[in-house]
Amino acid sequence: MSQFPVFDPASPQAEAIRDLFVQVLWISGGIFTIVAGLICIALWKFRSSETVPRQDFGSHRKEIAWIVAPVIVVLWIAAISAKLVLTYNAVPNVHPPGQQDADLLVTGHQWWWQIDYAGTDIVSANEIHIPTGKRLRVKISSADVIHSFWVARLARKMDAIPGRDNFIWLQADKPGVYQGRCAEFCGTQHAWMNFRVYAHEPEAYEKWLAREKTVPAAPTDAKALAGRATFLSLTCSQCHAIAGTSADRTIAPDLTHVASRRHLAAGVLSNTPENLRNWLRNPAAFKPGCKMPDFKLTKAQLDELVAYLETLK
Amino acid sequence: MSGASAEPSEQSSLKDPGMGRLLSWVSTVDHKKVGILYICTALVFLGIGGLEALLLRVQLLFPNNTFLSPDLFNQMFTMHGTTMVFLVGMPVLVGFQNYFVPLMIGARDVAFPRLNAMSYWLLPCGGILLYFSFMTGQAPDAGWFSYAPLSTKPYNLMPAQDYWIVGLICLGIGSVAAAINIFVTVLQCRAPGMSLQRVPLFVWMSLMTAILTILALPALNAALAMLMIDRLLGAAFFEPARGGSAVLWQHYFWVFGHPEVYILILPAFGMISEVIPVFSRKPIYGYAFVAGSSAVIVLLSYGVWAHHMFAVGLGMGADMFFAVGTLLIALPTGLKIFNWTATMWGGSIRLTTSMMFAVAFLLEFVIGGLTGVMFAAVPIDWQLTDTYFVVGHFHYVLIGGTVFGLFSATYYWFPKMTGRLLSERLGKWQLWLWVFGLNATFLSQHVLGVMGMPRRVYTYADNPGWMALNAVAGLGAVAMGAGTVVLLFNVGISLRRGERSGDNPWGGFTLEWATSSPPPPENFDVIPRVESRRPVWDLEHPDSPDAKLEQTPADKGWRPDKSLTSVWAFVASEAVFFLLLLVSYVVFNTEQTGEITSASVLDVTRTGFFSIALLGSSFTLWRAEFSLKAGRVAAFRKWLVLTIALGSIFIGGQAIEYYGLISSDVTIDDNLFTATFFTVTGFHGLHVIVGLIALSILLGLAVKQDRNVLSGTVLKAVGVYWHFVDVVWIAVFCIIYLGFLQ
Repeated sequence: MSQFPVFDPASPQAEAIRDLFVQVLWISGGIFTIVAGLICIALWKFRSSETVPRQDFGSHRKEIAWIVAPVIVVLWIAAISAKLVLTYNAVPNVHPPGQQDADLLVTGHQWWWQIDYAGTDIVSANEIHIPTGKRLRVKISSADVIHSFWVARLARKMDAIPGRDNFIWLQADKPGVYQGRCAEFCGTQHAWMNFRVYAHEPEAYEKWLAREKTVPAAPTDAKALAGRATFLSLTCSQCHAIAGTSADRTIAPDLTHVASRRHLAAGVLSNTPENLRNWLRNPAAFKPGCKMPDFKLTKAQLDELVAYLETLK
Repeated sequence: MSGASAEPSEQSSLKDPGMGRLLSWVSTVDHKKVGILYICTALVFLGIGGLEALLLRVQLLFPNNTFLSPDLFNQMFTMHGTTMVFLVGMPVLVGFQNYFVPLMIGARDVAFPRLNAMSYWLLPCGGILLYFSFMTGQAPDAGWFSYAPLSTKPYNLMPAQDYWIVGLICLGIGSVAAAINIFVTVLQCRAPGMSLQRVPLFVWMSLMTAILTILALPALNAALAMLMIDRLLGAAFFEPARGGSAVLWQHYFWVFGHPEVYILILPAFGMISEVIPVFSRKPIYGYAFVAGSSAVIVLLSYGVWAHHMFAVGLGMGADMFFAVGTLLIALPTGLKIFNWTATMWGGSIRLTTSMMFAVAFLLEFVIGGLTGVMFAAVPIDWQLTDTYFVVGHFHYVLIGGTVFGLFSATYYWFPKMTGRLLSERLGKWQLWLWVFGLNATFLSQHVLGVMGMPRRVYTYADNPGWMALNAVAGLGAVAMGAGTVVLLFNVGISLRRGERSGDNPWGGFTLEWATSSPPPPENFDVIPRVESRRPVWDLEHPDSPDAKLEQTPADKGWRPDKSLTSVWAFVASEAVFFLLLLVSYVVFNTEQTGEITSASVLDVTRTGFFSIALLGSSFTLWRAEFSLKAGRVAAFRKWLVLTIALGSIFIGGQAIEYYGLISSDVTIDDNLFTATFFTVTGFHGLHVIVGLIALSILLGLAVKQDRNVLSGTVLKAVGVYWHFVDVVWIAVFCIIYLGFLQ
């Protein structure tokens, strides 16, 4: 993970923004130095004296001359930002005919991200897997309030707005893990609405895709089987979906491959059996206000559920 | 005008028994006392808002801290923002305007002293409404700009949000009333000789701020009214799930919100435009440029609102339009920095606390301005908006700009308000505490922003560097808090034992220094002749008055009528309100679907008939004015009665229409057509009723032979309002009933 993601881009889009930012920072630094320098000189050179200074009311000609430099700076910044807006980051609202609307569909929920892989049945949460070197068209929307999709090293920030579809390019040059966050305040747990983008080499990505497409085999272990029965008999299946079972609701994260994810609850916990168990026991202890209730599960139920969910690789 | 003559008024008020003194403050309509009330109330809320900020900083000191619960944290930053903008920033600036605008233009009071007192009392009223929400168990928690749909009922069930709305409407009405008052005061109450081109720059900035307030606040009021109708009456303006628009709220909020930034900064520009020349012993360099560029800012500020929305995805065209607007507005702002620097250049600079705060303003505000320019470059905004970088940016503007301007003005004008000087030694402590605090807190936040920390997160994971920078930010906040305590201590001891200041301790140039400190209730015994922008300089330098060096446009002596000017300002404000309501009608009704549409439920012919009655009432009111002018009082009364009758017929018609709709189950919560229809026509109907009440009062007074009414100006003022209401109806009728623009 990079400490200064804005300055450490990993895609052409983010790199172009970084270059623009650095240039504007230099310009601003220059302007500040000039202004602060002039003020300091004035303070030193014209410190209090007994004589009444010459009463100077100003000169229109000098003022107009002064404004020339700022006008040039401002026009320059407008030009270089327009160039970026119109090239690297311009995402046409309509895709060329014959291509799908988007490669990825990202939907913000209070307080997690749903990821749909277009053209497949894959639905995931809080983890986005992409192949390196490919520019993906991502459709961003929201199921409830406004969120904002932000992976600083890869792409511009884009709001996820209910009733509206936004599009961005998502691309990573090198394999790696890229931190993403919700940037628009969206209620109680706005702080824990993180996600990660995993960029794989194309072959590795194909492997991931193939695995993700397969429905996990039904558990054979007795405990896990009991866990599946518990999952389907309790209200879990009223919100969560698991492919290959009767659970198909999309209110909460899809759990088909939950065991292969690295984190739980949009970044609150790393995904270990122990953390999963603790999370199931009382979600609000880790993410107060989250929509998953405390089901007051018994110790046995917890063990069974964990055993089952851990089979969902 | 000596220091001694100031004593009696101060002493006599001290002799009053406690209760009488309290009553004198509660019942006051004196602009100076109202000004002090504004400032003191703002100070109380500054304490509260500052405490909220400190709680936020404590929560963020450590990763995964549990000092505040997530909900409490969200309430604290919502209340911090709302408090600082509406209960501290605006009131304290209005307070200084109240106190000094009349003094600086040589007036005895503001144009409407009683309206002024009402404006003030709406402030504690709105503040208490807002803070009363705590009694419901929860304060508002949707952020100070309360983005929909997070602020709508499905996501925000608690009544706190309703308190937020009502409190802000209350404060908004007070702000508009205060702004109209300042606007009319500057235009109408100036001393002889003071042409509009000769007013002190603080007065000019106050005039510009008043215009901004009059035209920007109604946008907020329209949005708040619609949100309230959503929440309380079940409409869905801002609920996308039921066809509404989440983005519309953002547009409306920032149509208000960006001019609001200038409402908060222009008066501070005015303050340091007074301070820097006086402490450089030179006139302001390029008065016309400073004043003119502010007028340009006022104009441009209405065309930049969507730069708060670059991450919304409005499209390249809109993004670039608002980016260019924003970059353009940097020019008149940046130009002023040069003017202030040039004012110091060649002067004789005295580094008093006031002047040091003005210099600190220049340096810190430039930083805030430059980061602002960064955000105008759209792609940079895409990365950094909604991070701590933007939090750092606007705090540099609001503290480095507004607050430092206010501190500068406090040290500059405190002697005028109290007759005593503030301690310079303590002042410098305060200055350095604040300069350190501002930079420690908000420079760290800039860094946190590029490290990827979003704003408004109640906690964060243990990312490298985040805790250290948040600790520095917390330390800075403590320093600013300590600086404020130093100021309060300074004020406290100066009020008791401060050195006597005399009338003009700094060698000030403008009229407030020509009266005693503090000024007597009527401000001036004799108003000096005004022949330049610096009348007191002219008095003290009779050999080289400004008029010899620089010609300024002479005063032709014309002053507009008070009532008419105020009613035109009010009508302009109301026009913006209706404009936005009508825009929402057009936005939501370009395609009507479902059973209930304008075509299916509205009876155009019947409403057309009643509309003729309303338009006819404009004619009869014009006849009434005409008769009064011609001195035919009986005819005047007849026409007035006819006007009221026609207006009542219109309202009757509207009542019939509403009754018919509601009894056939067409109500405001049906769909977006009914929501917009009832909102627009309902608010119009309310305005007609208010007009009818005003006309009836006029009629009653006319029967009693009231001289004010018979003089005609009051009738003219009510007439402007009445004709305006009719014009609005023409627009409403064309758009809603005849389907124009659909």
